[in-house]
Amino acid sequence: MNATSVITLVAAIAWTVVFVSWCRRRLRGDAGRRFFRHPAAVRGLAVLVLFATIALVAPLVTPYAPYQQILTLQDHPPMWLHPLGTDFIGRDVWSRLVYGARVSLGVGTLGMLLAVTLGGLVGAAAGYFRGWADALLMRCVDVGLSIPRIFLILGAIALWGKLGLWALILLLGLTGWFATCRIVRADVMSVRERPYADAARALGVKPWRIIVRHVLPNSAASLIVSAALGIGNMMLLEAGLSFLGAGVQPPQPSWGNMIADGRDQLSNAPWTTLFPGLAIAFSVMALNATGDALRDALDPKSQRG
Amino acid sequence: MDPAVVARLQHNYGLDRPLLEQYVRYFVELAHGELGESFYQRRPVAQAIADAVPNTLLLTITALAIDFALGILIGLYQASHARRRSDVALANVTLFFYSLPTFWLALVLQLCCAVWLGWFPTGGITDPAIHDSMPLLGRIADRLYHLVLPAVTLGLVGAGGTARFQRAALLDALGHDYVRTARAKGLAEPAVLVRHAWRDALLPVITLAGLALPFLLTGAVLIETVFSWPGLGKLAADAISARDYPLVLGTTLVATCAVVLGSLVADLLTAAADPRVRLRS
Repeated sequence: MNATSVITLVAAIAWTVVFVSWCRRRLRGDAGRRFFRHPAAVRGLAVLVLFATIALVAPLVTPYAPYQQILTLQDHPPMWLHPLGTDFIGRDVWSRLVYGARVSLGVGTLGMLLAVTLGGLVGAAAGYFRGWADALLMRCVDVGLSIPRIFLILGAIALWGKLGLWALILLLGLTGWFATCRIVRADVMSVRERPYADAARALGVKPWRIIVRHVLPNSAASLIVSAALGIGNMMLLEAGLSFLGAGVQPPQPSWGNMIADGRDQLSNAPWTTLFPGLAIAFSVMALNATGDALRDALDPKSQRG
Repeated sequence: MDPAVVARLQHNYGLDRPLLEQYVRYFVELAHGELGESFYQRRPVAQAIADAVPNTLLLTITALAIDFALGILIGLYQASHARRRSDVALANVTLFFYSLPTFWLALVLQLCCAVWLGWFPTGGITDPAIHDSMPLLGRIADRLYHLVLPAVTLGLVGAGGTARFQRAALLDALGHDYVRTARAKGLAEPAVLVRHAWRDALLPVITLAGLALPFLLTGAVLIETVFSWPGLGKLAADAISARDYPLVLGTTLVATCAVVLGSLVADLLTAAADPRVRLRS
């Protein structure tokens, strides 16, 4: 560590504390109060804000570049200069962890964004238009849900070889929308029968406009919750794929391929495996806690202790 | 490579035929139970899968048992101590396990229990040196001994999710009128919890068991790789790195069938357990 990275890290922690307490003070409405009543909401939100902030200011909190090798220091245990130790070719684990956060959090978020958009649109179309389009789309969703995703993605990777980052995000998004689609469809089917949807139809509003302006906003709650809970799954899947060598390709660091790198040094340099795993565990935990709290906030009917 | 050799190989694998014909032929052969020939194992795909499936079944069924036994027990305990300190503490623990990357937990347990403490073997399904010379009971014990770490890893991660689910379902059930009636009758709290509320709260868990299969198979791909467990997941992962398309297709197909079968069994079990659900008569 050097002075800049320590100062930036402290600043990031301070910003997180300020931001979370600001949110807590400002969001005093019904939903906000329900959100913060969840026992893990504050912790979850704080971890997410902190990780995202650190990922954003990565060059400032890392004393080394993620690819920089210090060849005299291989598999060195944690010390002041390298707070999380160094890996098998002398790269600083802390620096790689921080840059890996960009990749892991980014892939999870973008993949989920794509999945939620697709799932929302297809689900809305199926639920609104009903009939043969609904039947066809939902059978496709059934097929998609019945193939274990990791096999599907591994199959695609076997066909096309190693994937770039964007292709990986695309693949994760394209295989991840089936569950969201089902939820949204169920929502839309009930919303389309409401009087205001009838009124819009009577006024001659076009179906897609009704879907986007009237129907989807009413199932926004389930979309947001399923997105928050889905990012964690996306991240776990990305980590698993990268661990198998099929996801994010080295030397670009992702938490999953850092664990894969550390695997062969497990017994003499456990820190190279331990810290990326904890990083995944804590961010997924924070995402799940925030997702649970969001559900409490947005869906008052499902009050679960 | 000599073009003549390439042409012969293409001909042998039928790659010189039009795509549509290859596709149709794939289905015709599939209908005959013919999954093709694995490139790198140099034997029929069906045979490679048949060797791997029992190992994966052993692993996933053991993991499923650990998952649900532990998950349901923790969920029951949490619901009966709802909002007390022990409930909150357990909620944090289950959330942690639910959020863990399975392969990472596998590596950590491997390091702690196998490398450092030496309690369990680091991997494999049997002891290659002495397994064949053991008596029957010894061979079974050897298998179970190798099974502990992978099954516990997979079971623990699953139990986190099951416990959360069971707790929520139980709290839901405890809010119903029949529970108040049971309490008003003067039934002891354990009887109310187990005989009345839990019977209702078990239904969503049965549904979850069917849905747990994709999760377990995904976990199996990663865990089998960590523990060199020669099952379907490791077969698939190896097939990917070897670019062995027939084997990739075969393993995906079998995994998909398993998932479909799993949700069918879960549906049938729900119908059997829930008097409100009836299969169409």
